[in-house]
Amino acid sequence: MATEPNEQISNMPNETALPRSNGELVFEAPWEGRAFGIAVAMNRDAKYEWREFVDELAGEIAAAEKVGAGSTYYERWVASLERLAIKKGLVTPEEMESRAQEYASGARNEEGHTH
Amino acid sequence: MSEVHDHVHEEESWALTRYEAQDSLLVEKGLISSDSVDGLVEAYEQDIGPMNGTKVVARAWTDPDYKQRLLEHGTETISELGFLGREGSDIVVLENTPTVHNMVVCTLCSCYPWPVLGLPPSWYKSEACRSRAVIEPRAVLQDFGLELEDGVEIGVWDSTTDVRYMVLPERPEGSEGMTLEQLEELATRDSMIGVAKAGQG
Repeated sequence: MATEPNEQISNMPNETALPRSNGELVFEAPWEGRAFGIAVAMNRDAKYEWREFVDELAGEIAAAEKVGAGSTYYERWVASLERLAIKKGLVTPEEMESRAQEYASGARNEEGHTH
Repeated sequence: MSEVHDHVHEEESWALTRYEAQDSLLVEKGLISSDSVDGLVEAYEQDIGPMNGTKVVARAWTDPDYKQRLLEHGTETISELGFLGREGSDIVVLENTPTVHNMVVCTLCSCYPWPVLGLPPSWYKSEACRSRAVIEPRAVLQDFGLELEDGVEIGVWDSTTDVRYMVLPERPEGSEGMTLEQLEELATRDSMIGVAKAGQG
């Protein structure tokens, strides 16, 4: 199935602009590409407006810059998506937290299997 | 130093863990499917980008004063529309006419003005194609399906770090009365590099 890129996403404003190198999207690690795709997929399936995600990301970037955090673009992206998903009632903070704990502790691995 | 490093490492593993949690929870809840996410990432990786140059071309076709300024002062005139990023600076616009056909080649990928023209096609980056374009431009254009009449003079322009080029293609016949939006559709990426005419390819 062909997917037409959405210009609002390709062309995000100011500091929210997607990291590119000579025009091509840059993902420093595979998870960054996946994280990008998740946010785009949720928007395509009308879980939120792209603008809402951009606002969340702009807020996250501004807050991180204010305290001089060394976090990367996609680290901020992930934090933004989580907040938006919670705001939209798609996930609860509790289930996110416990799932993240399972990954952090190694109780759950990359493939999603619990030990 | 090691403190800084640990801090960076911690942030990345924090984000990675959050990402893993999001991915698995959202898939589990049926809010995303793994395959559609991968498909979307692929589509955007191949996305040729904003192609803001189409707006420049459509306006130049409909506004003679704008066109004149564009040809005389490319960089300033293009930036009026608000989209000359750092990588799109210093652009010279070359006008294609019934007697002169310009095409742009590039010897360094980093000097390609992608905010204006969209991403270059992959063949454009190949060294063989670039050097052939300089030696036998007419044959290269034929390979792209563009047959020029014998009398047409061909200009081959090599972008450098100082000057990048954009082609202003000829306005296609039959496009009188079209809206700006319709004209923008005719101004394809390939026509702005000069390997196709507007409205083709």
